[in-house]
Amino acid sequence: MSNTQDDILEEVVNADYKYGFVTDIEQEFAPKGLSEDIVRFISAKKEEPEWMLEWRLKAFREWQKMTEPHWANVHFPKVDFQEIIYYAAPKVKPQLDSLDQVDPEILKTFEKLGISLDEQKRLSGVAMDVVFDSVSVKTTFQETLKEKGIIFCSMSDAIKNHGELVKKYIGTVVPQKDNFYAALNSAVFSDGSFCYIPKGVRCPMELSTYFRINSAGSGQFERTLLIADEGAYVSYLEGCTAPQRDENQLHAAVVELIAFDNAEIKYSTVQNWYPGNKDGVGGVYNFVTKRGMCKGNSSKISWTQVETGSAITWKYPSCILAGDNSIGEFYSVAVTNGFQQADTGTKMIHIGKNTKSRIVSKGISAGKSQNSYRGLVKIHKKAEGSRNFSQCDSLLMGDQCGAHTFPYLEVSNKTAKVEHEATTSKIGEDMLFYFQQRGIDEETAVAMIVNGFCKEVMDHLPMEFAVEAKKLLEVSLEGSVG
Amino acid sequence: MLQIKNLHVSIDGREILKGFSLEINKGEIHAIMGPNGTGKSTLGNVLAGKDGYEITSGEILFNGENLLELEAHERAQKGLFLAFQYPVEIPGVSNANFLKAAVNEQRKAMGLEPIAPGEFLKMMREKMELVEMKKDFISRSVNQGFSGGEKKRNEIFQMAMLNPQLAILDETDSGLDIDALRIVANGVNKLHTPENAFIVITHYQRLLDYIVPDFVHVMFDGKIVKTGDKNLALELEAKGYEQFELA
Repeated sequence: MSNTQDDILEEVVNADYKYGFVTDIEQEFAPKGLSEDIVRFISAKKEEPEWMLEWRLKAFREWQKMTEPHWANVHFPKVDFQEIIYYAAPKVKPQLDSLDQVDPEILKTFEKLGISLDEQKRLSGVAMDVVFDSVSVKTTFQETLKEKGIIFCSMSDAIKNHGELVKKYIGTVVPQKDNFYAALNSAVFSDGSFCYIPKGVRCPMELSTYFRINSAGSGQFERTLLIADEGAYVSYLEGCTAPQRDENQLHAAVVELIAFDNAEIKYSTVQNWYPGNKDGVGGVYNFVTKRGMCKGNSSKISWTQVETGSAITWKYPSCILAGDNSIGEFYSVAVTNGFQQADTGTKMIHIGKNTKSRIVSKGISAGKSQNSYRGLVKIHKKAEGSRNFSQCDSLLMGDQCGAHTFPYLEVSNKTAKVEHEATTSKIGEDMLFYFQQRGIDEETAVAMIVNGFCKEVMDHLPMEFAVEAKKLLEVSLEGSVG
Repeated sequence: MLQIKNLHVSIDGREILKGFSLEINKGEIHAIMGPNGTGKSTLGNVLAGKDGYEITSGEILFNGENLLELEAHERAQKGLFLAFQYPVEIPGVSNANFLKAAVNEQRKAMGLEPIAPGEFLKMMREKMELVEMKKDFISRSVNQGFSGGEKKRNEIFQMAMLNPQLAILDETDSGLDIDALRIVANGVNKLHTPENAFIVITHYQRLLDYIVPDFVHVMFDGKIVKTGDKNLALELEAKGYEQFELA
């Protein structure tokens, strides 16, 4: 092992010379920019097997041939991909002694979100007392999963310990050259989650990255692979409602889901990346490729997302309904405020017979933000008896924001039935006055209207997540009317 | 209960109320009649605290308190209710949720605990009967897809739930057929007690066949020009408003 490693190291170091970059393997950061050497460096740092390196290199070569997509309804300065650092060792957050040392602004938000004191400490990196021993919680959790034969670990661990599974499935739903950002992610992904649920197993708890051992610093290029074997069930939670600041502006994650016969995957996301300051400066660019493959008959994949953060969101969780009678669902709430821009939606690709899909998208725009829904429903020739229902609703707050809907339909089978409904409503002064005249203040009124608007989506989130997400919506839209 | 003294109100620099005065005591029903554009709805909105009106002079006391210093929702919590001429639709918020929030805000302002769900439901059922609302009404979104008559009945229903001290009905009769008018008026009569008061703003005498006022005020060009009893309404119906036109 160490021999191979040395070989790679030597190769890296020597090869780097000609590009004028000198580094040694002990260094915590890769130099700025992206080249084949950087890809090799990352792979070596992570002690990956040869096949993984080859896979990354293939992606890198594809990426070099590609250009950034510009079809989305978002505008931002060009990203200089040679100015980015693609590898940094997972950082240990400085331990603080008490919450008094945490930025009071962040504490205020925690409080509004109703996050418990212990949780606040964990999120801000404050040393934990004995009562809340997260390590022991995690250990118990891992033991329960192990009994059921469920694999749930970081992508790096999976590559080392379950290489055959990763090798078999990675890139089968989102190929390396799928799109510009997916190719970039495939070349340089830092870490992420891997999950395998064996045949017939119903995962007894919601899986969340929070409980994943070694979850520290998965970084800006996260890669997730989730496989539900025949008859398996899993509910997976990603993200958290607490505000997440990040020095990395560009985030390009890839998530792949695979469901075999009769398997069901429920994937819930709450995204609250830093959206930039009130003038729209400095927020995170979030370019995500998420796709699920209903490979088996009667399989089901359901995406639920609550998006409130990021300066720019470019994200289309999709389902390929390959198996007969398979079902794809997409429930989304996207909130934009300030100068945020979101272009989000889904793709439902019907291939198998009698496949069904359901799209419920709720966009809320406030401030000077732009919120676009973009969705594709594609029914293949052979997808006899397929059904789709799409509902896209927009809620506008104030008159400086925009809501846009771009539904695309490609139907190649006469027996298919596709329905699309869309509404736009506005929270106006008259509506707010109506609430106030009944004794309900403006802030509560906005929260009630927004929660009413989003209810159908929120109902699909796991209970406790939904409570937090509801508060998050209120906080995100605070003070945006009046 | 309510004293309005020499009230002057402008919108965008244009004066609408020009020295409006009125005193209302507990137990009274006051009708305010007058042609379009004399400031009747402005009066209702100013009392309820809607934004966009400039009060240039005058004062309004509600139970001795300066009403103009209170926010709209505070006025409502203190027992002032406006039945809207054009009730808004609120998609996604059910009548039950909306009213529970309203009732609880009022209770909070009075230092009471939130209402128990069972008690609330019972109260809703009782008051719904008052205005002959259908059962599915509870779970429907506020006013969404309601007919004109249903919206007005909903206003009276909300009034019944909040049990205000002073209720202002802003042309609640407009657009109602005779059955709906009877239901609305019947609701108001049942809610009227010696402890509360009503201001009924209307164009027509018709509503006053059902809701009998103690006083009828004729409003013209931003102020009250004549006050009488219910017979004044009949007189107006016969002679019209022309007699008040300024020479």
